[in-house]
Amino acid sequence: MTGRLRLIAAAGLAAALILAVALASWGLGARGIAADFGARLLPPSPAHPFGTDHMGRDLLARSLHGLALSLRVGLAAAGLSALIAVAVTGLAGLGRRADAVAGFVTDVMLALPHLLLLLLLSFMLGGGTAAVILAIAVSHWPRLARILRGELRQVMAMPYVETSRALGRPRRFVLVHHVLPHLAPQLLVGVLLMFPHAILHEAGLTFLGFGLDPSRPATGVMLAEAMRHLGAGRWWLAVFPGAMLLALVLAFDLLGGSLRRLLSPAEVRL
Amino acid sequence: MALDLRLIMRALRLLARQVLLLTVVALAVFAMMKASPVDPVTAYLGPAMARVGPEQTAQIAAAWGLDQSPATQFLRWAGQLLTGNAGHSTAYNAPVTQVLAERGLASLALTGLAWALSGLLGFALGLVAGATEGRWPDRVIRLWCYLLAATPTFWLGMLALALFAVTLGWAPVCCAGPIGLPPDEVTPGQRLAHLALPLAVLTLFGVAQIALHTRMKVIEVLASDYVLLARAQGAGLPDILLRHAARNAGLPALAALFAATGEIIGGSVLAEQVFAWPGLGRATVEAGLKGDVPLLMAIALLTALVVSSGNLLADALARRMDPRLTGAA
Repeated sequence: MTGRLRLIAAAGLAAALILAVALASWGLGARGIAADFGARLLPPSPAHPFGTDHMGRDLLARSLHGLALSLRVGLAAAGLSALIAVAVTGLAGLGRRADAVAGFVTDVMLALPHLLLLLLLSFMLGGGTAAVILAIAVSHWPRLARILRGELRQVMAMPYVETSRALGRPRRFVLVHHVLPHLAPQLLVGVLLMFPHAILHEAGLTFLGFGLDPSRPATGVMLAEAMRHLGAGRWWLAVFPGAMLLALVLAFDLLGGSLRRLLSPAEVRL
Repeated sequence: MALDLRLIMRALRLLARQVLLLTVVALAVFAMMKASPVDPVTAYLGPAMARVGPEQTAQIAAAWGLDQSPATQFLRWAGQLLTGNAGHSTAYNAPVTQVLAERGLASLALTGLAWALSGLLGFALGLVAGATEGRWPDRVIRLWCYLLAATPTFWLGMLALALFAVTLGWAPVCCAGPIGLPPDEVTPGQRLAHLALPLAVLTLFGVAQIALHTRMKVIEVLASDYVLLARAQGAGLPDILLRHAARNAGLPALAALFAATGEIIGGSVLAEQVFAWPGLGRATVEAGLKGDVPLLMAIALLTALVVSSGNLLADALARRMDPRLTGAA
């Protein structure tokens, strides 16, 4: 498969998945949220393809709700995080001292594993959806900022930038008109690749009890509940919601990866 | 002599940076704890809060020094830390240093081994994939790596538990030893049996990155002129892989492994939770849920020390391999 074809396929897959999740969670209404104690802990069957949980809720509907939630949280978090990365990179581009400070802050952030940082941030913000989005945004920008910083250095050394500066353009003009357009593709790929990461971390954080509110149909909540039924052999509670999450993450990994390959074929040979 | 001096200066500068970094981490974590809406006294008392009057609450707060200004609290904490006292863990009702020592050992066994094993396995897989670029072993390994990278760690752990512990009964369901047995009476065999499943899951979690990294490097080496020359001289593939590819890919893989320390520690928090492993990861969750500020701060500092040292080593290795980087940075 050529790179372009692969990209189109990946984009189609991701778009179809998003559409399906959006449509489903919109059309489902209360299905998967309202309890039905007559149908508790049923294994997969034609009526409930994914089975039902301890409150008799349909797991397929619940998983779709969970993915819709993950998508929303992931998009908001990755977008916000990219904004922070751009802001930090822009500040770093203003001068040598700012660059040193930005580098040190990045190092400090990288010294704490994402999950631990997320846990601490969620502790600070008191939990809840907004706290999770903010925590993921605050913890995920350093890696993207590092990539952007490297690009920034490269662009700043290019002849056309030197020419522009020699012509008396102020540094801010150079940043906005020369550097930013150059960084745009890297930024797009960075956000696309950060998105699955954000979703996975949200699920992990929620699973640990520091993320989304346990009353919401989040994948992490479902899996934490499934943990309690694992010993009784109720495998479907764990398998299906996790597999749906995996499919979503994989689709976006594929999309980001093939876009990166198309944009910089020489750098990436995966 | 001049060289020695320069080396010492650089070591000192790195040490100073490390100290500064840890201080900033400590300050940041302390600020986060102080900004938290979780009140440590309320979190400590839990349901008992209903039976405790406001005067007693104030007494506990005063005994813990919570009535002082945040700056005083931090300085007192830092001063005690320098004398080796990291405070008292309210979640475990024991000195923080004791909790760290006990749980750190369990964590080291699980996370440290998983870290090393994922490096070895990842390197081996990367070598095989690189040597068979484009053919089926490479495709299988690559697909497997992509799948692993997209899989939630804790979900993988749950699947492993459901299959191997519940359905097949090959492995114990949880913990670091049989339930109810004091930790010092657990035999090495039992310990190993309880370690196997979490170790396998955590190892798999770390493999993907190292394997893909090694694969790229091996492909690069195999396309080089000196490998072409070696081939022309009649060297076989095993010979080339061992003498050229493995040697050249080894240091980058090691650097990648050091840089991945943080990731595997993050993964271990989830794995310890799923397998009820009594390590630092589980202690972190416990401390977070119970508002155990001294323990959280100590764990954050210890983790930052380990991860930043890993990052530093990765940087140093990268520079050692490619001296051009020294000038660039």
